[in-house]
Amino acid sequence: MKSRYVTSTIALLILVPGLGAQIAQQRESGRNIHRDGWDRIVPDAPKTQNSAPAPVRDLTGIWEPTPGYRDGVQATGARNYPADGKPEHELPFTPLGLETWKSHKPGWGVTAVPIEDNNDPFDICDPIGFPRIELFNLRAIQIWQNKNQVLMVYQNSQVWRNIWTDGRELPKEILEPRWYGYSVGKWTDDYTFVVQTSGLDERTWIDNAGRPHSDELMVQETFHRVNQDIMELTLTINDPKMYTKPWNALDKFPLRLQPEWFDIREQVCSASEAADYNKTVGAGAAAEKKK
Amino acid sequence: MKNRVGVSIYASLVLFILLILPTFAHHGNASYDNKSVTIKGVVTEWRWTNPHSFLKFDTKDEKGNVVQWIGEWNNPSTLINFGITAKSFKVGDEVTVTMNGIAKSGVNLGRVVKVVLPDGQELSMGNER
Repeated sequence: MKSRYVTSTIALLILVPGLGAQIAQQRESGRNIHRDGWDRIVPDAPKTQNSAPAPVRDLTGIWEPTPGYRDGVQATGARNYPADGKPEHELPFTPLGLETWKSHKPGWGVTAVPIEDNNDPFDICDPIGFPRIELFNLRAIQIWQNKNQVLMVYQNSQVWRNIWTDGRELPKEILEPRWYGYSVGKWTDDYTFVVQTSGLDERTWIDNAGRPHSDELMVQETFHRVNQDIMELTLTINDPKMYTKPWNALDKFPLRLQPEWFDIREQVCSASEAADYNKTVGAGAAAEKKK
Repeated sequence: MKNRVGVSIYASLVLFILLILPTFAHHGNASYDNKSVTIKGVVTEWRWTNPHSFLKFDTKDEKGNVVQWIGEWNNPSTLINFGITAKSFKVGDEVTVTMNGIAKSGVNLGRVVKVVLPDGQELSMGNER
């Protein structure tokens, strides 16, 4: 009898979206209940899942890091190489790379400084840029594609970048460096899409730990659709001015396809909000030096 | 028995380390110590902003003077999933704020881990930061 009531209730919630939304309004603090931008509860990733095969040559959809939506935060630097002082996470810096990294004063990682000494360009809402958009606070991404290009829209900073798939080559000469660079992509098989990006503005940092790059940075992203629900992202940094060899900042980092109704919430770096925060919280933390 | 006590001490130590781990996304912990305080006060402003939200509240010292505090919390995109919203606090609310990590500068600034509302409701991120 009891199970019949439970079944009826579940059926009612599925059949009447309005009721489901009402349930989503209920709040419980202290527990992590993921919500989309319209405050709808997002289903947890299943522990085991028999997924359908991925569609052929198709990245379309709304994707989030999995198993947790916060797994792409990467506060202390690129996921594969956090700046934590461990020997296995040391990057193959050139002398210039090491010198440039030391000139960067991040708020996080083994070289973190107090707020007053911080010179992170993103702290004043300079564009986060690429590849940092995928190496710090990587949240939801929405992807569209047609025969000429793939368009990626990121929750963080609510920015987009386009990847040309019309057969063009990367620019041979960069007349105008860009915060998000110039990107071209091609399918290497039915489920693997490889993107090359160059022409990146040197003012951006690679990650939240202040890893540097030069005008010679070339980034390779490999998006591999494992099945209908999971896509893996591998991101390789190749910058001979700063690093003696390429390194994988992400290695098969998993993203999960979200429901079609999922609304990407705003996460905008507002210059006035950042200034208010820096003045109120940052200045408070920095007050000791001014005494 | 000895093993059980050992496991218990070890578990407590691990929990303590987890609790003090730096976990905010934008600024690090370099400006904060690991002290924990709980303060009763009255909300003067709740800023639901990026990179982090922060709660301003007033309390009084032993002489009755108003003492202003700022509690830094996580960013909205994270807090919203823990039942904490732009409307969680309004000016005049009497709150009890627990902070773990106080500014080394000596300014009344800390990192919020829990706020208790006038009706007894607790707002927190549980064991997550």
